[in-house]
Amino acid sequence: MQPEMLIKLVVLLPLIGAAINGLGGLFVPALRNKEGLIGMIGTIMVLLPFLITVYLFIGFQGDAIISNAFTWMAAGDLTIGFDYRIDELSLLMTMIVTGVGSLIHLYSAGYMHGDDGYWRFFAYLNLFIFAMLNLVLGNNLVVLFLGWEGVGLCSYLLIGFWYKDRNNSKAASKAFIMNRIGDFAFLLAMFIIFREIGSLDFDAVLTDGLTMSQGSITATVLLLFIGATGKSAQIPLFTWLPDAMAGPTPVSALIHAATMVTSGLYLLARLSPLVLMAPGVMTVIAIVGAVTALVAATIAITQNDIKKVLAYSTVSQLGYMFLATGVGAFYVAIFHVMTHAFFKGCLFLGSGSVIHGMHEVEHELEHDGHGHHLDPQDMRTMGGLKKFMPATRMTFLISTLAIAGIPGLAGFFSKDEILFKAFEAGTHGIDVGLVVWVVGLITAFLTAVYMTRAYVLTFEGEPRWPHADKITPHESPWTMTVPLWVLAGMSVVGGYLGIPAVIAHGDLNWIHHWLAGEQGPVAEAAFEGHVALAVEWGLIALGSLIAIMGVWLGWRWYSKRGLSFDEKLAARFGGLYKLWQGKYFFDEAYDKTIVRPLIGGSIHGLAPFDKYVIDGLVNFTGFFTRGASFTLRYLQTGLVQSYAVAIVFGVVLLIWLMLF
Amino acid sequence: MDLSQAYSMMMTDLGATLFLLIVAVSGLVLVVFDAFKPRHVATPWIAGLALSAGFVIEMMSIGAPEGLAWYDMMRTGGSAAFVNSLVLGSGALSIILTVPYLKKIGHNIGEVYAMILFATVGMLVLGAANNLVTVFVGLETMSICLYILTGFVRSESGSTESALKYFLLGAFSTGFFLYGIALIYGATGSMEFGAIRIAAEQSAGVMFWGGVSLLLVGFLFKVSAAPFHMWTPDVYQGAPTTITGFMSTASKAAAFAALVVVLWKALPAERWADVLAVFAVITMVIGNVIALSQQNIKRMLAYSSIAHAGYVLVGLASGSQAGYSGALFYLMVYTIMNIGAFGVLALLEWDGKEGSEQTLESLAGVGYRKPFLGWTMAVFMFSLSGFPPLAGFLGKWAVFAPAIDADLVWLAIIGVLTSAVSAYYYLRVLVVFFMKPEGENSPMAEHSFDIPRSSAAVLIACVVLLVVFGVTTFALDVTSGFFAADTVTQFLG
Repeated sequence: MQPEMLIKLVVLLPLIGAAINGLGGLFVPALRNKEGLIGMIGTIMVLLPFLITVYLFIGFQGDAIISNAFTWMAAGDLTIGFDYRIDELSLLMTMIVTGVGSLIHLYSAGYMHGDDGYWRFFAYLNLFIFAMLNLVLGNNLVVLFLGWEGVGLCSYLLIGFWYKDRNNSKAASKAFIMNRIGDFAFLLAMFIIFREIGSLDFDAVLTDGLTMSQGSITATVLLLFIGATGKSAQIPLFTWLPDAMAGPTPVSALIHAATMVTSGLYLLARLSPLVLMAPGVMTVIAIVGAVTALVAATIAITQNDIKKVLAYSTVSQLGYMFLATGVGAFYVAIFHVMTHAFFKGCLFLGSGSVIHGMHEVEHELEHDGHGHHLDPQDMRTMGGLKKFMPATRMTFLISTLAIAGIPGLAGFFSKDEILFKAFEAGTHGIDVGLVVWVVGLITAFLTAVYMTRAYVLTFEGEPRWPHADKITPHESPWTMTVPLWVLAGMSVVGGYLGIPAVIAHGDLNWIHHWLAGEQGPVAEAAFEGHVALAVEWGLIALGSLIAIMGVWLGWRWYSKRGLSFDEKLAARFGGLYKLWQGKYFFDEAYDKTIVRPLIGGSIHGLAPFDKYVIDGLVNFTGFFTRGASFTLRYLQTGLVQSYAVAIVFGVVLLIWLMLF
Repeated sequence: MDLSQAYSMMMTDLGATLFLLIVAVSGLVLVVFDAFKPRHVATPWIAGLALSAGFVIEMMSIGAPEGLAWYDMMRTGGSAAFVNSLVLGSGALSIILTVPYLKKIGHNIGEVYAMILFATVGMLVLGAANNLVTVFVGLETMSICLYILTGFVRSESGSTESALKYFLLGAFSTGFFLYGIALIYGATGSMEFGAIRIAAEQSAGVMFWGGVSLLLVGFLFKVSAAPFHMWTPDVYQGAPTTITGFMSTASKAAAFAALVVVLWKALPAERWADVLAVFAVITMVIGNVIALSQQNIKRMLAYSSIAHAGYVLVGLASGSQAGYSGALFYLMVYTIMNIGAFGVLALLEWDGKEGSEQTLESLAGVGYRKPFLGWTMAVFMFSLSGFPPLAGFLGKWAVFAPAIDADLVWLAIIGVLTSAVSAYYYLRVLVVFFMKPEGENSPMAEHSFDIPRSSAAVLIACVVLLVVFGVTTFALDVTSGFFAADTVTQFLG
């Protein structure tokens, strides 16, 4: 079949899945407990698009293919088609989304077992994939924005999936509102582009758009970046992501680690030629990315909730990617998006498996009447799980090493490439490059430490939950472990797609050729001359050393002293540790400076205005019109003579108007 | 012309106006049939089938090019076929609704169907006229039948009273109309549309424009534009409900169609646009504002139909191809909405008083007792107030947009503002239906009834059509095709 047709199928299948599961569950209650069927439909509707995408990927000739589904809107000068674009970037992103997505669907089939909202969950999850595919495949900013809003909606629905707990709905609202702030900036950027060049198609934006005035370009890129900080959880709009862990764990893995949160990076990579024209904004991006990476990494060290650790780790890694974007290495950012999808997806699913196990412990404790309340996500009550959950432990370990950047694993390649690009920019006249390079190195060390801490506290040592001698968790079912193994495998081999330039002059760096080659859609900052080969090797050695040291130190500290090492850290760092533990008090600051003044202003300023002025005007209009009505109706006397008089009046008026 | 030639011409013309023949002959047959078999079950069937047959024939000739028949007295195909389909469809649906209604109010009179058929004949002649004489014949045939239909429930004083009022005022306005025709003939020496225009373009004096004024009086009376509207509330309220539905739609569509053709073909494009704009404003304001304070739903719908006549006049005032086609489209949408709304009201009548006592309070909570009627009424009310995606919205767009193109922005603004006012009284019906608790003395509470399947089918059909015409534009494309430039030149040439 033609690629144009196939790509529509790719987008449509998840929507069909969402419709079947959603509408079927809604209207036919008997279907709701057919878990096997629901899970199978949900998974297949993502797996098929993945297979189709692989087929398209293999047959891809190098020229972008545009597939027009229909004309969405045409009004005056504005014509927006529902167009999908097949090129190197969108194919790669589609494969990540559908590939990781189908694994997580399979995983969810086991994880969500027994939940009342099983059908609802799969409907939302399919809908999310549909929206995400619109985001990465859209050929204009409007379709992209439709997906952008769609994933935001699905994120909201899934964070608040267990909506009976008020905290979950609050977290969902927070995520949605934070995202809306960013979306507003995104919209403004689209308005500017449309005002300047009259089109929102990527082809036009990346040709005519480059001839906009410098001011417009800077403003556009800055606004797009602000939009990206919302969706991709960067300072200042990152505080929603840790709270978003209120959703089921597969959601955290799919939406809040692998796919949706990377859409800001996709946006910047897609518009990379435009971004490169705004060097000032790129400096901002690099700094924001680096600061976010460092801030989130320090917070992650102090967290005890296993999912919170991973959440802050995600924020930190996203910061890394923005750092890469800021120094003009867009393809490396996408490379890290991909490897991060593998190992962070694996970590999240692993944590889900752990939580699944600890739930079992919690239930049995309750059942036996021990009356203990156990938080199944708190690492302080875990420990020693490697005996009970070997598969989970092994995959978690592999992906921990991968994210720490141990040489040979996926994280090493992408992280190292980011640091190298920062260094290269720094030594080629972009001063900020060296600063963010140093920050990146520190973050890399912290990453290795806190991930090792999380692994050790969870799987090593002795069990710390009550009555651990009698009550033990069990390994999760195959639907959950298979995705873990696949993702762990990808965490090992995924990095070889981007073998550093020191080997074979970069000829083996496939991802560079694919995305940023001569025909590739992603631009990159070009520098005169090369970094010396020896320096490059030195940098690789330095990166490896830092990763190994981080893991080694983390292992030593936490396997020996366990939780008590946290207390030692607290004593050593004092106020700084409190700052980390308090998450830099972003939430409190926002509450004091924005939320409260806003609510106060609404109550004391806008509400009275609305009540007395606006309502007053509206009520007056209504009162006046009704008064007129009650007066005019007396003309209708019911007497045929007066009707005839009215006709005569009308005749006179008509003749007068016509003749004079 | 020898005899055989005349004969073959007659056969051609008979074929072209076959629908008219079917309806007229069926009407005559019914009168005789009813005399021998009073209240026979077949009577409404014959009437309904005759109208349906005509409807099918005319639907199929919408695509045909405009043509003339009967020595250029009548137009065929194109816009004439469109209006004929509208009238015939409205008649057929009204008959389906009328059968159970007559049974309920206990006046199952067979002549009603014959009168509906004769009224339809008048409307068909009116809508397809190409000559002022034909217009007059059609108008009077229609009117006389409607007078009778309004008053056929003789035991009901409201019905009789309104019939008499309608007749007196109708006769009054006919006088103006006829005098207008006479003046135009005096000024131009012709009654055929094209010939009038050619003569008027050479010289048009006070006599001609005076005649046009009086002609317009007759039209504005029939379409119930203010201040010629005074009969409308009384007649619509007094007439049997399904008959109100019929005459508020079909007769208005036919009269408006004739007006459109007169403006389009018989008058030079000057002078009258601003006049119509003024009357559009008066009509929209009076209709919408007075409707606000009505307690009786039928009476409220009567004022609403006055307001809708104002909207159509906005389209006509723009004097453009888009305006005419928008007006025809609006008439179709309006017909569907009103047949539905009056159909619901007919089903909700409980006391045999033909809805003359049907106040808003008495219908409190009906939406819950009869959810089907509640929801269909909701669609009709939303469509009448012009909510997208229903056809009422597209219709308003179709008449307001040409006005803006014709630099009548102020007119469009007044139209939009008054239709914002209309949302109040339309939605109040739904508030009463769904949000008011059933009163203890509410007559509805004591009286339960079934919804006949045939009526339900009509209501569903109306709802579906409103959605279809609301989200697709093919009907609008069809109506704009009628007034395309080449059609005009073909006619003038």
